Amino acid sequence: MLDPRVSIIGERLKNVNRVIAVSSGKGGVGKSLVASTLALMLADEKFKVGLFDLDFTSPSTHIILGVKEIKPVEEKGIIPVQVHGLKYMSIVAYSREEALPLRGADVSNALIELFAVTKWDCLDFLVLDMPPGITDATLDLVKFVKKIEFLIVTTPSPIAFETVKKFSRLLADLDIPVLGVVENMKMKDSLVKRQVSALGLSFLGEIPFDPKVEECLGDVNALLATGFSKKLAEAISGVLT
Amino acid sequence: MHEWALAEAVISAASQIAEKEGLKSVREVKIKVGELQRVEIDVFEFALSQLKTDIFKNAQFTVETVRAEMKCRVCGFHWSFSEDRLSGDSVEAIHFVPETAHAYIKCPVCGSPDFEFLSGRGIWLESLVGVK
Repeated sequence: MLDPRVSIIGERLKNVNRVIAVSSGKGGVGKSLVASTLALMLADEKFKVGLFDLDFTSPSTHIILGVKEIKPVEEKGIIPVQVHGLKYMSIVAYSREEALPLRGADVSNALIELFAVTKWDCLDFLVLDMPPGITDATLDLVKFVKKIEFLIVTTPSPIAFETVKKFSRLLADLDIPVLGVVENMKMKDSLVKRQVSALGLSFLGEIPFDPKVEECLGDVNALLATGFSKKLAEAISGVLT
Repeated sequence: MHEWALAEAVISAASQIAEKEGLKSVREVKIKVGELQRVEIDVFEFALSQLKTDIFKNAQFTVETVRAEMKCRVCGFHWSFSEDRLSGDSVEAIHFVPETAHAYIKCPVCGSPDFEFLSGRGIWLESLVGVK
């Protein structure tokens, strides 16, 4: 018996130029914020951009984007909603306010289902907000999305960076491209830049801790005006644009 | 028309198998669809008829729905899926992404959302018969 859904995933993404998975070793490093802001900034640059929240059990990009209701259109598949110039998809469209307790096999099934039926059409960038860590979602994406590239987010904390080391080793072993590492919530000197170089990865930049970001959640114009966004724009300049 | 997207997946997978096996034509394709997928069989079969390529010109597509059975991981209770106690929105959500059942269905005995699908989730190509 064969699951036919996996054979259509490549077809669904054939007109997507680049797939950028924003990932981290640990949760709480600002990965969803980086993914959402990155997608908004690319859309501001007039690129065709999609944002896909793959953190099924703890989705949060809808809060960052200020999206109250997500109603994808059904038209020979699922058409992502348009928000702030982005094509946007999140499992919140279906789980709504409910907790969604999923085990690994369920995560894989939901991921395959959504990739198989979601029609992104033509995109310059599809930004994926990944769940933290090396999970089923990571392994599935690496298996099914051949053009995937990872952007890794960490904080200065050795706790967060230790997992980045393991994660980046895994990606290197699998021959998966890594655009580089962004150091978020930096408050003082850290060793991250040096350690990233020692791993043979690109250090894209550091983003100081910005207390104003919390006040801007749900207001994308305010978010794009923060120091956080300016520093993120510097970090990705030349890498994605 | 979620059915259309799944039919595209079936045609894509069946085409890949036929090519790999060096088949000149396909006579029969058997497909199993989980009840949780809530596929409208008429719509699904129509989509297959519209999407099939030359190699499937004389092929018969057989679609069988598999009942959804669940087992609670906490108390071990087995039960069958029923829409009766679900709202229309919940049923629609499960139609699109069956895993969202974990948000809307609880074990009837202990109330846990931690259950597994023993059957009735997903879509499978059961068999494909063709001529070399």
